[in-house]
Amino acid sequence: MVRKEATRLVAALFRASNTGVSASWSVGGTRLKSAMPQPQESKDEDLHHKDGKVLHPHLLNENVVKTQYAVRGELYLRAEQLRKEGKEIIFTNVGNPHALGAKPLTFPRQVTALCAAPFLLDHPRVEEIFPADAIARAKKILGAFKGGVGAYTDSRGNPLVREEVARFIEKRDGVASNPDHIFLTDGASVAVRLCLNAMIRHERDAVLVPIPQYPLYSASIRLYGGTLVGYYLDERRGWGLSIEEMRRALKEAREEGKLVRGLVFINPGNPTGQCLSQENLKELIQFAYEERIVLMADEVYQENVYQDERPFVSAKKVMHDMGEPYRSHVELLSFHTVSKGTAGECGLRGGYVEMSNIHPGAVEEVYKCASINLSPNTIGQIALSCLVNPPKPGDPSYELYTKEKASELASLRRRAHMVTDGFNSLEGVTCNFTEGAMYSFPQIKLPPKAMEAAKAAGKAADVFYCLKLLETTGISTVPGSGFGQEEGTFHLRTTILPREEVMSHFVEKFEKFHKDFMKQYS
Amino acid sequence: MTSSEAPSTSNGTSERRVPLSIDTINKRVINSEYAVRGEIVQLAQKIARDLGEGKGSYPFDKVVWCNIGNPQILGQKPITYFRQVLALCECPQLLDNPHIRELFPEDVIARAQLLNKAIPGGLGAYSDSAGALIIRQLVAASIARRDGHPADPENIYMTDGASPAVHYMMDLLLREPTDSMMVPIPQYPLYSATLTLYGGRLVPYLLDESAGWGLDVGHLRQQIAAARTQGLCVRAVVVINPGNPTGQCLSHQNMRDILSFCREEQLVLIADEVYQANIYVGNKEFFSFKKVAAEMGLLAEVPLVSLHSISKGFVGECGRRGGYMEVTGFPEDVKDQILKLASINLCPNLSGQICCALMMNPPQAGEASYDQYRAEKSAILGSLKRRAELLVGALNRLEGVSCNAAEGALYAFPKITLPDAAVQAAKQMGKQPDWLYCRELLEATGIVVVPGSGFGQADGTFHFRTTFLPSEEDIGHVVEALGKFHTAFLKKYGDAGTTQPQPQKLQPAAAVAAAPAGATDADNGH
Repeated sequence: MVRKEATRLVAALFRASNTGVSASWSVGGTRLKSAMPQPQESKDEDLHHKDGKVLHPHLLNENVVKTQYAVRGELYLRAEQLRKEGKEIIFTNVGNPHALGAKPLTFPRQVTALCAAPFLLDHPRVEEIFPADAIARAKKILGAFKGGVGAYTDSRGNPLVREEVARFIEKRDGVASNPDHIFLTDGASVAVRLCLNAMIRHERDAVLVPIPQYPLYSASIRLYGGTLVGYYLDERRGWGLSIEEMRRALKEAREEGKLVRGLVFINPGNPTGQCLSQENLKELIQFAYEERIVLMADEVYQENVYQDERPFVSAKKVMHDMGEPYRSHVELLSFHTVSKGTAGECGLRGGYVEMSNIHPGAVEEVYKCASINLSPNTIGQIALSCLVNPPKPGDPSYELYTKEKASELASLRRRAHMVTDGFNSLEGVTCNFTEGAMYSFPQIKLPPKAMEAAKAAGKAADVFYCLKLLETTGISTVPGSGFGQEEGTFHLRTTILPREEVMSHFVEKFEKFHKDFMKQYS
Repeated sequence: MTSSEAPSTSNGTSERRVPLSIDTINKRVINSEYAVRGEIVQLAQKIARDLGEGKGSYPFDKVVWCNIGNPQILGQKPITYFRQVLALCECPQLLDNPHIRELFPEDVIARAQLLNKAIPGGLGAYSDSAGALIIRQLVAASIARRDGHPADPENIYMTDGASPAVHYMMDLLLREPTDSMMVPIPQYPLYSATLTLYGGRLVPYLLDESAGWGLDVGHLRQQIAAARTQGLCVRAVVVINPGNPTGQCLSHQNMRDILSFCREEQLVLIADEVYQANIYVGNKEFFSFKKVAAEMGLLAEVPLVSLHSISKGFVGECGRRGGYMEVTGFPEDVKDQILKLASINLCPNLSGQICCALMMNPPQAGEASYDQYRAEKSAILGSLKRRAELLVGALNRLEGVSCNAAEGALYAFPKITLPDAAVQAAKQMGKQPDWLYCRELLEATGIVVVPGSGFGQADGTFHFRTTFLPSEEDIGHVVEALGKFHTAFLKKYGDAGTTQPQPQKLQPAAAVAAAPAGATDADNGH
């Protein structure tokens, strides 16, 4: 607090001093201005080095140090260490399908390979090795990517791919989409961060985020110096999203003087796996309209739906179906990626944000920030192109592509059942069904003795449980505290991604561990 | 709290204000400037679109992109070996194809097999946030070969191009509005842009144009002293070697002096070494700061960040976004913080990571691809050298233009003497004179260059940055068009009576005023 006050004071001094001082140079037309002398020399010393180190952990950006990112936190680091020691680890801490043996879809990889090595297109045998539609697509992409995959593209991404994304959205929603409001990014995380960076000005700016949430949001909001305001999902009602709870969170935030700028929702949910109903989405949109809040729709799991009652519906479609004033007023950012779905191309880093009803000046500013990193990587853009514009009926690759996707999706559905059924068969464990996404988020009722042992070890109880699980079985999960959970409850997140052939083994290992753990601490 | 901060939900009569507008977004975003893709470039994009659609009437038939070091868009061919290995990594099922050996040489296949095996889950899986271990090992091994000093894979962080490394450092080091970094003027605008974005201040040090853009350590000392008397806390110094946009290549002695300066003043040294393969003069050689620091025994004392990229050199793989930073002299707990930052974006893209490992570990003598690789590499570098000389020579022949030799990198940064009338005309438009020059150049010739004001320059002097990347067939045309335009420009604005103030002598530090991060109570609403 003292430091904050000091910062404010110094900032005020700077504002006061920005006049009448001669300058020698300029950058971009901005005069290089002198600064007001700062009265306390000693403070400057304290800020500069400590214990003989400039790079002292106490002298780093506070926002960096305070940022927490659980998906790759303590558990993950321990798992990495165990792996280095030669122990077999099952990484279910992160939605990384290929790392657990999922195979890439054939068609997109054929296209990217041809784009990477265009000289293959001139090889006499090329048609024996690649299907005609992959060849045609590669030629089309190379024609549209000036300079091929080795050149920077527009900072928003290649125009052809943005056009393809817009057509995909139109087909999905039946609503027009403007490619100029679509920004391609190195995975959806980058898109989320570009938007949050523009939105957050200072600590009073707040963003509503579901609890439990995907820690990208808590980490980025912290990093940009904003405030996270949590709204709780209702575990007893299948992790349902309640508008009353949102109103409560908003009201409390406003009473504390916060300016609530954005609202994140994840559909299907991460880590909670629920799929939102149209009705629920309508309420959400109405709420955003009434309260004048930007909606941030994390829809990266739109393809990962494992029940038939509530198919995925985009917020954009619902907003348009609601008509005026919503369709042309609610400011909506929606995110998608090549990392999830059945493609699971995490390592290629491709994604996008579509901005609806966003002020053109704000879009321009986001464009500028994107340009500071030059452009999103081209391979990720090509993978996205294949995702949104797949082979069509009659194309040589259509059958294989459709089959690969359908079989992966069906397998994921089976695995969703295997994992949640496995958890629910255990004493002291309850788990909502994974309706969508890639995760299961069971609640574990820990016996008092386990809580005491955790306390003695200086760990949160769920961290303690997950560490034991890791040490005993090699299963790497993420404790619920990394996502946020109602006080006094404990959860963990595991992906449903181990392959089916090893899944029963995975479930067995878990069961045995859990029973032993409960016995030990009963 | 004012009423604007607590919008009522019931009031339907007042004008609806949107939560996200240009007036209510982060001021640091708005204040951040990035000239390489600024207004001139946007105009050029519009013209290129018009030309593509047959709209508008322009006195040229294509736009020549000299604003950015993006070699392949101007026809530079990728290195075959890199693309062959990447294709096999991207589509590993090709390795099982019976015809594979007709399409790919033996060493390419072996390399792809090695990488596919060593990267868990292949290209489609997230890697470690710092980059796949095998990639970091390969990069470290090649740094060790380059410098003759060991490199530790645990000190290497792979990045999507070199730019994210700069973001990491800004994020890590800048805490309050008084925190600052020393940046060369002229500079690559990534530095000024990110300093503004992260709420820090820029302490400039001026490169001496009359001494081949030399870096004078005495001047660094003056600047830091002045910055400190002004209450700034200087955290780091950025050195770009070879220089961007200035192309100069630092001498070994100069680097020693800079390192000593960093040790004495307890500064982090951020060494932007992305142009290390681009050196065109026989009497200059690239040394890494890591090597020089190791020789001086300063590795533990001076925290050093060295940046490299696949976008430059003879590789020119800008679109893939690959690069790395090597940090030395960083405490472990600080490295943990970098890893955490990296982990929020999960991992750098794998295709860029692989390309970076290949760049650092090219085919060796005796391997099937070696001859072709060498031939391609030397053809590109030889051609870049010829183009650099041709362009700089031509610029120096123009009236009122002087240009230092491009010893390295991909750019020429000529100084242009502008007629008073042009300076006045720009002033009336509220623009920088060099901006006016660049815009008229674009409109007359289709050549896109970046005004010197985007990089910073001594007051009263004007420059522009151009790459020398147009192909050998095109560069003659560029030179000719530029010459014609320049003569016409001087004529249009009357070249008599030009008065160019001499560059001001280096004065005590000034710092770009970045928007202070303190909260203001006004204008916070929607």
